[in-house]
Amino acid sequence: MQKSTNRLDDIPEAWQFGNDLGDLPDGGGHFGEFGGSYVSETLMASLDELRQGYLHWRRDPVFVRRFAQDLKDYVGRPSPLYEAKRLSAQVGGGRIILKREDLNHTGAHKINNTVGQALLAEFMGKKRVIAETGAGQHGVATATIAARLGLECVVYMGAVDIQRQAINVFRMRLLGAEVRAVDSGSQTLKDAMNEALRDWVTNVDDTFYVIGTVAGPHPYPMLVRDFNSVIGREAREQMQLQYQTLPDALVACVGGGSNAMGLFYPFLNDKEISIYGVEAGGEGVDGDQHAASLGAGRPGVLHGSRTYLLDDDAGQIRETHSVSAGLDYPGVGPEHSWLKDTGRAEYVSVTDQEALQAFHQLTRLEGILPALESAHAIAYATKLAAQMSPQQIVLVNLSGRGDKDVHTVASIEGIEL
Amino acid sequence: MSRIAECFNKCSSIGRTALIPYITAGDGGAEATLTVMQTLVESGADIIELGMPFSDPMADGPVIQKACERALASGMTLTGVLGLVRRFRMDDQITPIVLMGYMNPIERYGLKLFSQDAASAGVDGVLLVDCPPEEAATVHAHLSECSIDQIFLVAPTSTEQRRQQICAISSGFVYYVSLKGVTGAACLQQASLAEPIAEIKQHTKLPIAVGFGIKSPSDAVAVAEHADAVVIGSALVENLAQADDVAQLARDFLQPIRQALDNSKKRIS
Repeated sequence: MQKSTNRLDDIPEAWQFGNDLGDLPDGGGHFGEFGGSYVSETLMASLDELRQGYLHWRRDPVFVRRFAQDLKDYVGRPSPLYEAKRLSAQVGGGRIILKREDLNHTGAHKINNTVGQALLAEFMGKKRVIAETGAGQHGVATATIAARLGLECVVYMGAVDIQRQAINVFRMRLLGAEVRAVDSGSQTLKDAMNEALRDWVTNVDDTFYVIGTVAGPHPYPMLVRDFNSVIGREAREQMQLQYQTLPDALVACVGGGSNAMGLFYPFLNDKEISIYGVEAGGEGVDGDQHAASLGAGRPGVLHGSRTYLLDDDAGQIRETHSVSAGLDYPGVGPEHSWLKDTGRAEYVSVTDQEALQAFHQLTRLEGILPALESAHAIAYATKLAAQMSPQQIVLVNLSGRGDKDVHTVASIEGIEL
Repeated sequence: MSRIAECFNKCSSIGRTALIPYITAGDGGAEATLTVMQTLVESGADIIELGMPFSDPMADGPVIQKACERALASGMTLTGVLGLVRRFRMDDQITPIVLMGYMNPIERYGLKLFSQDAASAGVDGVLLVDCPPEEAATVHAHLSECSIDQIFLVAPTSTEQRRQQICAISSGFVYYVSLKGVTGAACLQQASLAEPIAEIKQHTKLPIAVGFGIKSPSDAVAVAEHADAVVIGSALVENLAQADDVAQLARDFLQPIRQALDNSKKRIS
């Protein structure tokens, strides 16, 4: 048993968390008209238990210390800032600086959140965790921390995704998780999320649902943001320390939006900094083969919250497309919807083609293989940097590494491995 | 008086447990749905619960998910659902119809327009599974304006305070979910019904319907001991999906349940 003290002095401020930068969401989980808890009555008590548990433990020094320790020793934080000088030079214009979340344990920012939520599960006395996953990154991150904490772990994954991501499926099984195939609907991420919600509704007493992004019912958008806000807090401190300035612009990719929210949140009050979220433009946002919920969607209700989403005229959720499985989602976190409508952040998109090009560009110029998700952010950052002056800085969240995507890239380019 | 209130008044005056079958609109096509609705009424249904198909029915089990997929594949839309109700009303002005579904299609249709069109089509109640009282203010105002009852779920996990809150905002009837889970899940635990239903009755004079997991005449009889109405969905939907003659199936499925309910009431009295 660790000794409880009220001192947090020895923990870097970046590794503490909590909703002290703004007053949103409100008590009901609303960001303006977005967010809320649109779930069946059976889940309401559990969501309330989770909210109260989170609000309690995030102020508890023992919990905060455990979280900070895990971020340091297990995840490998802080992740460095890296100036991509050759990329910047080729683009011409501003300086492109990368926040290297790809260097985290398991290879992406996802682990920040799963470490936080699994710890919360442990502190709340839950023995079983469940998760949904699309590309498998969040599933792996959940299975990883479940293995470490000795929690039973079930991961729901669309049958189509299971075929596309065989290696991640095997990784999860190696870690002791049970991967359950979901064969309803489009058999992808949104259906996996439906199925995880069904599991939770059935096993609410002993189960903790580890949602992988800033979507879902209250309090998930808040707590996933808070656990990931370590990204932005660190980056802010590192910028001041290493560059004696703050960036002029932030860029991050947005599927559900957790890496973006994690980077953006601690900078929201820095009004002079422009914020860009980059959605998956797929084959172009004019058609229907994309996943740009904010750019081409409209407000509606999906997976427990009111948010921008992609649906047809009858209100049925549309199937989406992106070369990147992690961005292939018809909804988006409600706080992003709010940031869009208030104008604090701008949401743009890049196509599959542009993302693939950025994937190669970063790999060849910097020796960094980005995840296809993150390649979307890189692609937009190069466009932005091209229009900047040499003193200006664009900070990009390199949210994950691209090892998982080499098969996808090879098969698109007709190369058999 | 609303059709729902009238229906429960009548049932209560003759000591009858209301029977509420659920089907997904458009499952098997619009014509089949209309035929089944009419046959269910002939076979002893007191209220029809009509599912508005949704692409992501997260509170439903596999049976109703598949029914939604079939219905959407057949081209069913919310406009189509209201069209079905309008046609049903041409021959039946008595049997209440409750629409059950999810928020997004209604939002897209427009809450105000939906309420108006539903009322003029002859809809009596609306149950939105993913709309707890916390998020219901706007839709509730529009439905009330058009004299449509909004029905809410009470779950085994609902706290005392929530039960009170839900009863306060409910009209028509209160729908008690008999188990922790999705529609069509597991088995009914009859023993766990007495206490929560007695508790709900302290908060409201509205009738109490019980659903989720009721599959057979004996399940229905067990529930009827405590509840004013019994809802049967997944078991019926599953059988309908396999039937060649849906009218015959609807009759064969519902009549034994009706008889079992009526016989048990007679034995008690």
